Amino acid sequence: MTQTMNILIVGVGGQGIVLAGDVIGMAARLAGLEAKASEVHGMSQRGGSVVSEVRFGETVYSPLIPPPGADYLLAFETLEGLRGLERLRPGGVAIVNTQRIIPSSVTYGTAVYPADAEAQIAARCPNAVLLDAIAVAIALGTPRAVNSVLMGALAGHGVLPTACWERAIRHVVKPRFVELNITAFRRGLELAPAGTRRA
Amino acid sequence: MELILTGNAAIALAARDAGVALGVGYPGTPSTETLENLARLEGGVAQWAPNEKVALEVGVGVAFGGRRALVTMKHVGLNVAADPLFTASYTGVAGGLAVLVADDPGMHSSQNEQDSRHYARAAKVPMLEPSDSQEAYEFTRLAFQLSEQFDTPVLLRTTTRLSHGKSTVTPGQRETALPAPQPPMNPAKYVMVPAFARVRHRLVEERQRRVREWANAAPLTRAELRDTAVGIITSGINYQYVREVAPTASVLKLGLVYPLPLEAIRAFAARVETLYVVEELDPIIEEQLAAAGIAVIGKERFPPLGEFTPAVVATGLGLPAAELPTLELPTRPPAMCPGCPHRGVFWTLKKLGVTVAGDIGCYTLGVAPPLSAMDTCVCMGASIGVAHGLERAGINPATVVGVIGDSTFLHSGITPLLDMVYNGSRGTILILDNGTTAMTGRQEHAGTGKTLTGAEAPRVDLEALCRVLGVPDVDVIDPYALDAMEARIKQALAFEGVSVIIARRPCMLIPHEDYPAQQVNEELCKLCGRCLRIGCPAITKTPVGEGEQPRSRPEINALLCEGCAVCAQLCPFAVITNTV
Repeated sequence: MTQTMNILIVGVGGQGIVLAGDVIGMAARLAGLEAKASEVHGMSQRGGSVVSEVRFGETVYSPLIPPPGADYLLAFETLEGLRGLERLRPGGVAIVNTQRIIPSSVTYGTAVYPADAEAQIAARCPNAVLLDAIAVAIALGTPRAVNSVLMGALAGHGVLPTACWERAIRHVVKPRFVELNITAFRRGLELAPAGTRRA
Repeated sequence: MELILTGNAAIALAARDAGVALGVGYPGTPSTETLENLARLEGGVAQWAPNEKVALEVGVGVAFGGRRALVTMKHVGLNVAADPLFTASYTGVAGGLAVLVADDPGMHSSQNEQDSRHYARAAKVPMLEPSDSQEAYEFTRLAFQLSEQFDTPVLLRTTTRLSHGKSTVTPGQRETALPAPQPPMNPAKYVMVPAFARVRHRLVEERQRRVREWANAAPLTRAELRDTAVGIITSGINYQYVREVAPTASVLKLGLVYPLPLEAIRAFAARVETLYVVEELDPIIEEQLAAAGIAVIGKERFPPLGEFTPAVVATGLGLPAAELPTLELPTRPPAMCPGCPHRGVFWTLKKLGVTVAGDIGCYTLGVAPPLSAMDTCVCMGASIGVAHGLERAGINPATVVGVIGDSTFLHSGITPLLDMVYNGSRGTILILDNGTTAMTGRQEHAGTGKTLTGAEAPRVDLEALCRVLGVPDVDVIDPYALDAMEARIKQALAFEGVSVIIARRPCMLIPHEDYPAQQVNEELCKLCGRCLRIGCPAITKTPVGEGEQPRSRPEINALLCEGCAVCAQLCPFAVITNTV
């Protein structure tokens, strides 16, 4: 690999986005690549929008994704996925969990959650993959496994060798959750190519 | 051994490896995890101070005693710690003293975006600025060496992207031969009375010259000559953005951002045709270079506010940085957690229609809709002083409430409360005691009964503390009990003196009692929408009905609901009840 890979992870505080960034960075390092990541802690974690950026390659300078944007958008929530599209490069791939978490601006304000958010994503990103990852995670026993399902979907696109991903999960995830997350990752891996690809 | 670390974790590891006797600070995003990481390392010792001024004074004491200390804070914390910093610049140290100050350009979690580099210049203290986690490690080690070599505190400046960015670190050798502590025995150096301080000030000016000379030749001032048509002077995380977007440009990378290595900068300037300074926030390098007669392009092309990104740097350099047009989408602001004990307090204050002088913490979210119940917020502890000032301005104190958290009260709220009592003010102060420093991620403090490491510690008695300050009306209430809370606040507002009401309930993010989730009886609900006006993320709505006045049906997500029952208490039709 000569080109740096740029992955933008978006979602809502509390969804396990920071952990996903850690796993991707570790997987890249296990593949022998330099990795940098950046995320924001603090106020935004109280149910606000959360963004994590991971970059890996032979030499990586900026931890933030430079123009023209991310190669992959990994969205844990649909509205955040739609919001994240503006930072996806032309031709980039969006992998979007179709879970909807209603923001306070909709519940208490006048804003409206776009009813056709999935269709808007598909229209703006021909390479979008929309997955009901939360249903997969719940079927495995816990919604918390959603991040491993999504990482599996990302790995299914050929981003880093599968063995590096699984070793990274074993490295980063707490020991008692490792097997669950490996199972969830493999489910995501199977879903990726077929999935509900819209184009 | 190569590690992937945040900048904060790298600083902690370097402090441990440098043999610090103590890491001390007050939590503040983005600096907080540094001491938490230090405490987790084998041989790392760290503790929370009640505020940054105390933290720096403790650090100064460690350094006076001949051992190394790391002091940590966010940018606004350095305002609080400025007093000891300016005079510690005169006294210098015995053991190395490194002060981490973490700036927050873009204000991800701050009330302003001040540029801490001003403090290095104002206090005449060297400042190092790392550009990745490896440098965070190396510069922290270097900070202790420079501190001892030049007899000065050393500031270590990070920004959010450095503190919370992750990159690889190869640590160095851990120091094993640590010096024995020695009591300070040199009053002319450590007792800053005018006669001694005049002598020390002369030494400070001389020190600035020596540090500058050192930096001119030191490897951390790095001229990278490539295409000489464009030269860029930069430091910190911006170095990475510059290398990313302008890989062929020549770069002078500064590791020491104060005092500036002017000779090295002059030499670099002479080699390039067009010279830029890429610096986030204020034109501090640019203005010093202008004063030294070195022409640069700076803030005419780069914004003086907000956080830089590779795109911002590219745009400033005149390089393409096209992004797609932004979609108009519903925002997702942070909100108080389900079950947050602050929610009922702000509901009640809004109902009472009082002016709320707020403070710094999760409860500052009380300003956000739909609660919209905060009128002022300035800095740590200001709620009490501002409430006092409003009364002095002639505003009826029966219409004003100061609201402050437990950690913030212990940080900076005690003295303004003493001031209210001393000067015969009248007013009501609510201390929202959730038993933690919540916003920065649940840190212990002197009121929680635990130290940074979780060890048992004496717990300050807030009620007794307020009484001993002379507050005649002190009481503790349950912020989940809305009617009783409202009655007690009304009583305090009517009281002809200072009242302190402590609203005590643990933060939902620390261990607490479990309560049954609430549910809305769909058949009996009249769709009045009252429960939707408390800003609880566990309650969502679905539109029902057509026509002129569409209404919303509330629904409580049993997985998110903590069972605080604030919504149930304010439902006029009593149709919200416990789930079974």
